[in-house]
Amino acid sequence: MQTSFTAEQLVDPQVAESEKILRRCVHCGFCTATCPTYVTLGNELDSPRGRIYLIKDMLENGRPADAEVVKHIDRCLSCLSCTTTCPSGVDYMHLVDHARVHIEKTYTRPPLDRFTRALLAAILPYPARFRAALRLAGLARPLAPVFARVKALSPFAAMLQLAPKALPSASPASSGLLAEPGLRRGRVALLEGCAQPVLDPGINAATRRLLARFGVAVVSPKGEGCCGALVHHMGREADALDFARRNVDAWMAEIEGEGIDAILITASGCGTTIKDYGHMLRLDPAYAQKAARVSALARDVTEYLATLDLPRLAARGLTVAYHSACSMQHGQKITLQPKALLKAAGFAVKDPAEGHLCCGSAGTYNILQPEISAQLKQRKVRNLEATQPDVVATGNIGCITQIRTGTEIPVLHTVELLDWAYGGPKPARLPA
Amino acid sequence: MSETIAFLKPRADVLARRSTIIADLADLLPPEGLVHEPRELVPFETDAFVSYRRLPLAVALPTSTAEVAAVLRYCHRYGIPVVPRGAGTSLCGGAIPQEDAVVIGLSRLSRILEIDPFNRTATVQAGVTNLAISDAVSPEGFFYAPDPSSQLACTIGGNIGMNSGGAHCLKYGVTTNNLLGVTLVLVDGTVIELGGKHLDAAGYDLLGLVCGSEGQLGIVTEATVRILAKPEGARPVLFGFETSEEAGACVADVIGSGIIPVAIEFMDKPAIEICEAFAKAGYPLDVGALLIVEVEGSEAEMDAMLSLIVEIARRHGVRTVRECQSATEAALIWKGRKSAFGATGRIADYICMDGTVPLSQLSHVLKRTGEIVAGFGLRVANVFHAGDGNMHPLILFNANDPVEAAKAETAGNEILKLCVDAGGCLTGEHGVGIEKRDLMRHQYSEADLAQQMAVRAAFDPQWLMNPSKVFPLEGRPAA
Repeated sequence: MQTSFTAEQLVDPQVAESEKILRRCVHCGFCTATCPTYVTLGNELDSPRGRIYLIKDMLENGRPADAEVVKHIDRCLSCLSCTTTCPSGVDYMHLVDHARVHIEKTYTRPPLDRFTRALLAAILPYPARFRAALRLAGLARPLAPVFARVKALSPFAAMLQLAPKALPSASPASSGLLAEPGLRRGRVALLEGCAQPVLDPGINAATRRLLARFGVAVVSPKGEGCCGALVHHMGREADALDFARRNVDAWMAEIEGEGIDAILITASGCGTTIKDYGHMLRLDPAYAQKAARVSALARDVTEYLATLDLPRLAARGLTVAYHSACSMQHGQKITLQPKALLKAAGFAVKDPAEGHLCCGSAGTYNILQPEISAQLKQRKVRNLEATQPDVVATGNIGCITQIRTGTEIPVLHTVELLDWAYGGPKPARLPA
Repeated sequence: MSETIAFLKPRADVLARRSTIIADLADLLPPEGLVHEPRELVPFETDAFVSYRRLPLAVALPTSTAEVAAVLRYCHRYGIPVVPRGAGTSLCGGAIPQEDAVVIGLSRLSRILEIDPFNRTATVQAGVTNLAISDAVSPEGFFYAPDPSSQLACTIGGNIGMNSGGAHCLKYGVTTNNLLGVTLVLVDGTVIELGGKHLDAAGYDLLGLVCGSEGQLGIVTEATVRILAKPEGARPVLFGFETSEEAGACVADVIGSGIIPVAIEFMDKPAIEICEAFAKAGYPLDVGALLIVEVEGSEAEMDAMLSLIVEIARRHGVRTVRECQSATEAALIWKGRKSAFGATGRIADYICMDGTVPLSQLSHVLKRTGEIVAGFGLRVANVFHAGDGNMHPLILFNANDPVEAAKAETAGNEILKLCVDAGGCLTGEHGVGIEKRDLMRHQYSEADLAQQMAVRAAFDPQWLMNPSKVFPLEGRPAA
């Protein structure tokens, strides 16, 4: 597509990159068809092609963001379904990242919106604060219907509805497991992260057990924490890069110390971001190389497990509907390994219809855009339930939390099922 | 780029009443059904023929036939031009608006209304995508045959407007051969029904007239299409040749022998490389031209037809013949082919021609096309429906270089004239739109055009519907 940036504008490396991305788009419109918001709202402005055009117009004219552009960019889930569909290879992710940073720098949101975002950015990435907030949410849950009645307050209603009714204990019993002696096949760092250990510490516990059983030593380097995705998607670039640098430092200590084969991530939303650290920090001379090394070592847990050649197990008569998180299938293009692992472990695996569509979770999207998110959740649950599964498996805590609020069918992380199949405890959410 | 194709001059009286018109439209549509903020109108300024761009006055996004009728009735009363838009995937600018026009976008008319396996029909709203029809009838064992490469995104309404084709139309015919009925809103808001669930209707075949009328005779809001039982089996086979001429001659010989496979698709070397980069379908990269021939039916039927085709291909020096080994592989082969245009964006900007030629002329036209484009110092990639003689030279250029862009447009015009002179036509399936409008005199005599315009004027005497398209601006009857 033709672009019209001045030489002066192109001096800015972000603008130069966006210009390259825009030049690839030929405006064919294929992306509209697989975009969850276009499918839901039917307006080109809420499609990737429409957003690309809005961003192009804003950047070319060097304009600050305005309410209209912000509305349509905010509605983007960043699910990246469009990048899977796009034949031209348009790097929509980095274009919309740039737009979000531009919005954050040039646009003043209404006070309540600002407050909500500041609150989320101040709580979610920090486990202790998040745990305390969830306890409060439990007390405030009766207020949810009141909030839901006022549109401006609907994010708060969504927060209360998403908060789990009971919180698991903070420290799972199985942390610190060592690899089975005499069988060491690898050494990996496992991202503890931020929200997941609060909402569902059982996921990483299962991962540690499973890896230990197959001879993989797991370390959790000191100082690592939130990957930065939550604030990154809000356009809070400086905060996101701080989180990224801190994690890079933590992992580099391991990489340059005893050495690690991989950095494992059990939340695919985080995985997409950590694999992008190399790009996010490319303009930081002190970190560019280190970040690229970290990104190159980052693996989703199922990517790594698939290399271990786990034994095939007999069928166990349990049907699993596999929900591929957007960050898994579109962000990281991981589509085969999780299902292959589940099948090898004896589960019957079903693919729901419209598997490419987002469940509406998308980081903080279900809080900031509760109406669209609810429609997508309903559609996702309908498609999942149509496969008549015993259990839904997925690889991202956001999807797990979102889908759990829409169905009675147990929703588990893929590794919880794998851990159980290979000798671990039966996940508590499965019926006895 | 310097635009060589003119749009109609915007009606000053309409532009002057912009704010009144928007206020009135807001009364006719729900809030989310009207786009009018200047910045929000920008993404509607073009379609997939992105070289040309015009901002619309407003965009209406109705959700019912009644809303479409209300908007049309209003625009008709006040002499406001209207441009219909499906998914905006037109390659000839069929959905590009103009400054004084209200775009009526059909993307929110997206419901499947009825699937009737006993009568082999599906009735859908006009904004349903082509592929969504096949997906919806698939559990019953059916499919909708016309399959434009943009079938993932393009709408049935747009397909009807352009009488769209696709790879599998060699056997099953284009949109008009698979369309049974429509609900049509006329320019004054009157709603009429054409056809039904039967193969032919009593009286004039107005359905045939409306199909391919590029949004100038009315706006289709619902369509009943014929659905077909899925074949027992289908197998795409890759035939690699040393040269494009050999491949072209082979196609002519296959069809000339009375063999009609489901599809015969052609790709030259640049196109193979582009598609392979995106789809990783395993196309042979060591050949000069590739045919994708799809046969279908029982194993015995497929084998029998394939052996005949292989024999003909051998006579034309075929270098490799590869049958695909799995359903996954077959899907990738088609994914690559159907993404060819978009995938071209990886290496350059392009404009896509749509001329159709008699098969006896295929090799000659392919060779001349290469010479014409090379004469302008540009590159070309050919990927097209060879069995139909429906050619799609993609002329590659740099959109940020106005000189190259102008050369590409001129080269395209020369290729289309070449197709007409070879006994073919300007457009096989994409439509005339804005792109080929000024070449219509190369195809038709004044009397031919006058008769077509008389029909158009019978439906829309004020020339309000998609007015800048199809017919050259000079020589139109006074509105």
